Amino acid sequence: MGSPESAEVAGAVEGAGVAEGAGVAASFAEDADARTMAWYVDKGVEILVFIGGVSAIIFIFGIFGFVMKEGAGFIAGSLDLGEFFTSPRWAPTSSYNPTYGALALIAGTASVTGLAMLLAVPFSLGTAIYIAEFATGRIREILKVLVELLAAIPSVVWGFIGLSIMNPLIIDLFNVPVGLSVLNSGIILGLMAAPIMTTIAEDALKAVPDTYREAAEALGATRWQVVFRVVLPAAKNGLVAAVLLGVGRGFGETMAVLMASGHSINIPTSVFDSVRALTATIAAELGETAVGSDHYKALFALGIFLFLVTFIINLTADLVIRGVRKR
Amino acid sequence: MAGFEASALNRRDQKVERLIRWLFLLMTLLLILPVFVILIFLVIKGWPVMSMEFLFTEPSNGMTAGGIFPALVGTVWLVAVALLFSVPIGVAAAIYLSEYASDNWLTRVINLAIINLAGVPSIVHALFGVGAFVLFFGFGTSILAASLTLGIMTLPVVIVSTREALQAVPMAFREACWNMGATRWQTIRHVVLPNALSGILTGIILEVSRTAGETAPIMFTGAAFFLPFLPQGVFDETMALSLHLFVISTQVPNVPEALPYGVALVLIGIVLAMNSLSIAFRTVLRRRKKW
Repeated sequence: MGSPESAEVAGAVEGAGVAEGAGVAASFAEDADARTMAWYVDKGVEILVFIGGVSAIIFIFGIFGFVMKEGAGFIAGSLDLGEFFTSPRWAPTSSYNPTYGALALIAGTASVTGLAMLLAVPFSLGTAIYIAEFATGRIREILKVLVELLAAIPSVVWGFIGLSIMNPLIIDLFNVPVGLSVLNSGIILGLMAAPIMTTIAEDALKAVPDTYREAAEALGATRWQVVFRVVLPAAKNGLVAAVLLGVGRGFGETMAVLMASGHSINIPTSVFDSVRALTATIAAELGETAVGSDHYKALFALGIFLFLVTFIINLTADLVIRGVRKR
Repeated sequence: MAGFEASALNRRDQKVERLIRWLFLLMTLLLILPVFVILIFLVIKGWPVMSMEFLFTEPSNGMTAGGIFPALVGTVWLVAVALLFSVPIGVAAAIYLSEYASDNWLTRVINLAIINLAGVPSIVHALFGVGAFVLFFGFGTSILAASLTLGIMTLPVVIVSTREALQAVPMAFREACWNMGATRWQTIRHVVLPNALSGILTGIILEVSRTAGETAPIMFTGAAFFLPFLPQGVFDETMALSLHLFVISTQVPNVPEALPYGVALVLIGIVLAMNSLSIAFRTVLRRRKKW
């Protein structure tokens, strides 16, 4: 993102080097010691800062490496991958026949994330369009700040809201026995993912050059015609990326889903069913397992699966955004 | 006859225009208002338990009574140690990306790594913290292990906001400094950083807010369910506000209804206060900006 500008920096530095020329060099010569000192400091800092720069790469590999270290042996050894992806029976603590079927957990995560996206995508895109294309001046600033504050609410507070506010509300409204369900956690997750999707979608809309809008308006298009016929198609990739990152967020959310979904192993048939998510399973069970046991390793195997899926989602979002920039 | 009278078609378009504008405003409000209703509800339910005693005593009676002091102090510890770790690294990374890196494959990979660091599920960060800091480096379940996990998880917040602050410093400032014969670092140290400082602080405040609210990454790395004394150092376990809210609302029986609302209110109060501070800071900054 900063790269074009950084290229400029590099260019300017070379320019400065040329400008130093003969006259300036003379004054530097008197000061030779100070100059070498400054030069060494400069190089030292460059190395330090470079280490900081690549630290993100090191940490990502570290995360993958350490989670693999604990879980890979189990995947290669005693875990039956067929059972993992097709059996809904997650019973790692069973004493005679422990089974590690993650299908119900995957279905739980998918159903909650799916409902969340169904609810949040239209509202997020609508809000982004309103903020970027219709709202002006102070109202726009206020709305942006509000969206930003929504994004700040911690996930454990969302989980608590699901547990103690949404739960009785759903029981009363729909006359169902349990309010901790796909519906509850889907709504909560939708509210959590919406601010992120809104922000990224708004950025994507803002990135559409104003000349596009001006050209369309000059042809006599009204504001909404400009938005629907010109701006949205031009921002398409950015909007897709926004939705993808929202999906990634929903997929990886832990505390809110743990508290609001009911946490019972189940392939849901309606939105009122309780389910259990992949993330929530790790959060609920890791504390009870002995380090190095099969159960412990199985939870790390779930972690590897989560890491890979979110990695692919983020990579895809990045490629989609890149596609926009290339054009 | 004036030439600019609206045609029938035009009038219809304008009606649609107004309709669509209202529709989008409605969607925006439907997204934002329910959350504020919920927040107001939290305040109403939690306010009765708010008191100095609630903030400054420890939980008692199996966590069904008393205050939240150890959790409050623990959260401060966790955030402080996490910042000590992530701010230097994050600022260095941002300086590299903004001032040194050229547009090559390495920069692309770094950016991708930052996006992924922010996108990896928090519970996977927790698994990493257990595997790396608790077990491999032998820190045990401690503030150090939990804070390092939190620090790595929130690193993207510092990097992204610092990079934005650095890039907002106009190129001409740097060029003027280079032309005086200053090295790159001298330029950064004396021209770029001072001009970006308030922007960097804004990002750090934002990270405080983010770190204070996280629960999953500290669950198995250093935060304890119940610990009636204050931590003495970074190798101690500690209570934390976020985990305390989870524990008393799901794990402990017979907790009076108002108590978890009180904890939620304190937590959300800290987080929103930090965020508002950061936003206010940014607004003042933008207004004061001379270039």
